[in-house]
Amino acid sequence: MNSASIISIKRGRRRGVISEKIIENLFLSASVITVLAVLVIIFTLVSESLSFFLQISPREFFLGTQWTAFFEDRSFGVLPLLSGTILTSTIALLFAVPTGVGSAIFLSEYSSERVRRIVKPTLEVLAGIPTVVYGYFALYFITPNLRTFIPDISIFNALSAGLAVGVMILPTVASLSEDAIYAVPQNLKEVAYALGGRKVDAIVRVIIPYALPAILSAIIIAMARVIGETMIVTIAAGLKPSLTLNPFESVMTMTAAIAQAATGDAPHGTVQYSSLFAVGTYLFVIVMILNSMSHLIRLRWSIKL
Amino acid sequence: MNANINSATKTRIVGGKRLTRKKVVDKSLYMAVLIAVSIGIIVLSTLLIDITLSGIHKLSPNIIFNYPSGDPNEAGMRPAILGSIWVVSLAIMIALPLGIVTGLYLSEFSRQSIIRNLIIFNLTNLAGVPSVIFGLVGLGFLSYTLGLGRTIIVGGITLAFLILPLTTVATIEAVNLVPLSHRWAGYALGATKVQVVFRIVLPQAFPSILTGTILAISRAMGEAAPLLIISGLLFIKRDPSSIFDSFTVMPLQIFNWIGRPQAAFRELSAASIIVMLAILLAMNVVAIYLRGKLQSRVIE
Repeated sequence: MNSASIISIKRGRRRGVISEKIIENLFLSASVITVLAVLVIIFTLVSESLSFFLQISPREFFLGTQWTAFFEDRSFGVLPLLSGTILTSTIALLFAVPTGVGSAIFLSEYSSERVRRIVKPTLEVLAGIPTVVYGYFALYFITPNLRTFIPDISIFNALSAGLAVGVMILPTVASLSEDAIYAVPQNLKEVAYALGGRKVDAIVRVIIPYALPAILSAIIIAMARVIGETMIVTIAAGLKPSLTLNPFESVMTMTAAIAQAATGDAPHGTVQYSSLFAVGTYLFVIVMILNSMSHLIRLRWSIKL
Repeated sequence: MNANINSATKTRIVGGKRLTRKKVVDKSLYMAVLIAVSIGIIVLSTLLIDITLSGIHKLSPNIIFNYPSGDPNEAGMRPAILGSIWVVSLAIMIALPLGIVTGLYLSEFSRQSIIRNLIIFNLTNLAGVPSVIFGLVGLGFLSYTLGLGRTIIVGGITLAFLILPLTTVATIEAVNLVPLSHRWAGYALGATKVQVVFRIVLPQAFPSILTGTILAISRAMGEAAPLLIISGLLFIKRDPSSIFDSFTVMPLQIFNWIGRPQAAFRELSAASIIVMLAILLAMNVVAIYLRGKLQSRVIE
């Protein structure tokens, strides 16, 4: 007898049937608040963006190459912000993906249980550190050290901000990839060894190909998080919107543009204020596309099994 | 004969070489992943050592008890610590009950249905939204559309929705750990579903929910971006006294000090980071302690 049928028997006998229903519906309505929250997010972003696009043409916004929202000669081209975001995110992922996936392989295939029990929580500490701390680290540790190798690098630069973001996202990449590697059936690994393969054969020919879709989906999730990261790039990347892919220069990301404007010079009702929401909506759409991509990859993969 | 020996030796040598090359590849992969895992640990230690060395000599009770000031030797983050406590308490007072109820609904009450899938879908989306967007929506919707202003209550509600996926998932995971047989025992005694949920499932799941909640609190404590957007970067020299006050929080005060050019403020920000990390660490220790204590009580 399953629990559902037990309940229905009890329901018939009890007088409290009505109050049971009331409580269940209360629970339901509280849960629906989640749905409302998402609707409010979309509604706010869209309505404020619409009021922005009534004043500024979408052409200027999407194709403009200058972001000078607070200058007298104001211009709302999002491309420099987009390039800043792409630059810092690429640096972050170039750092975090090899180290993260490498750590995952170490933890799942090489380390003893004792080492694992120490190393894994240590890496997870990195995920618990507030992002302003990484901003401090980027500005006052990474940048001065980079300067000894690259004397021309700006004090505020995309490279050190990107590296700090990479450190921040490292535990996420590591733990999601580890989950992916754990999902590889043990017997497939054993087949590799039975055929006379060494550990490297098992990893390169069996484990990684098998876990690749899940690792890819993990990397895309990391990408979505990296793109939305705000404090590190606001502190260390320089708040200077420039259309460049040079990692040694100062850049401004989309998130940093939002954060900068919020520090006081965009009063409610002005076009600068609604420009924040246009940038925010753009960011939101990119992140949602990435999240859905990651979800779809995982879905396709699990069906294939 | 001679040729035979030769060819045999040759194969052995060739085979030996191939074996060595494989060995080298095998070893180098091991080295590569060892280096990868060391990088994370080295960076973590470097970060902690660097901050400790920069901030340790500026560490004083001033940081906790004083108001911010232009003089880095006197400046403290008292309003920011109080602001963090106000905002995060408010957030948790909303997100904990809402998360427990949503988690219980999803795992205990709902059947496979459109509404259930819709809630799960939105919860996943909510977890994927960048925190800076939460700040924008808090500002646009709560502060201006609803007219609540750039106040503690707006910060608290915004953070609550930011951590709602965490408290909900913590509840679902905790509840799933309660054995089905315990529920059946409840039903066998004639309990209704609501009674089983409130008297059997929830008490057993509570320690685990609490741990998840404390992790959510530390996430909320460290969150700066949404609150920067909601509060603006303020220089506040008095204690917050109601939920309709303007506010600042610890990470924002630190952000403010990091941005100043003087070296003394850099040291002050390092010292404040030590204080903030110590608070977060203490909370995690409390979480582990509480879990141990409550779990043993439930087993009795």
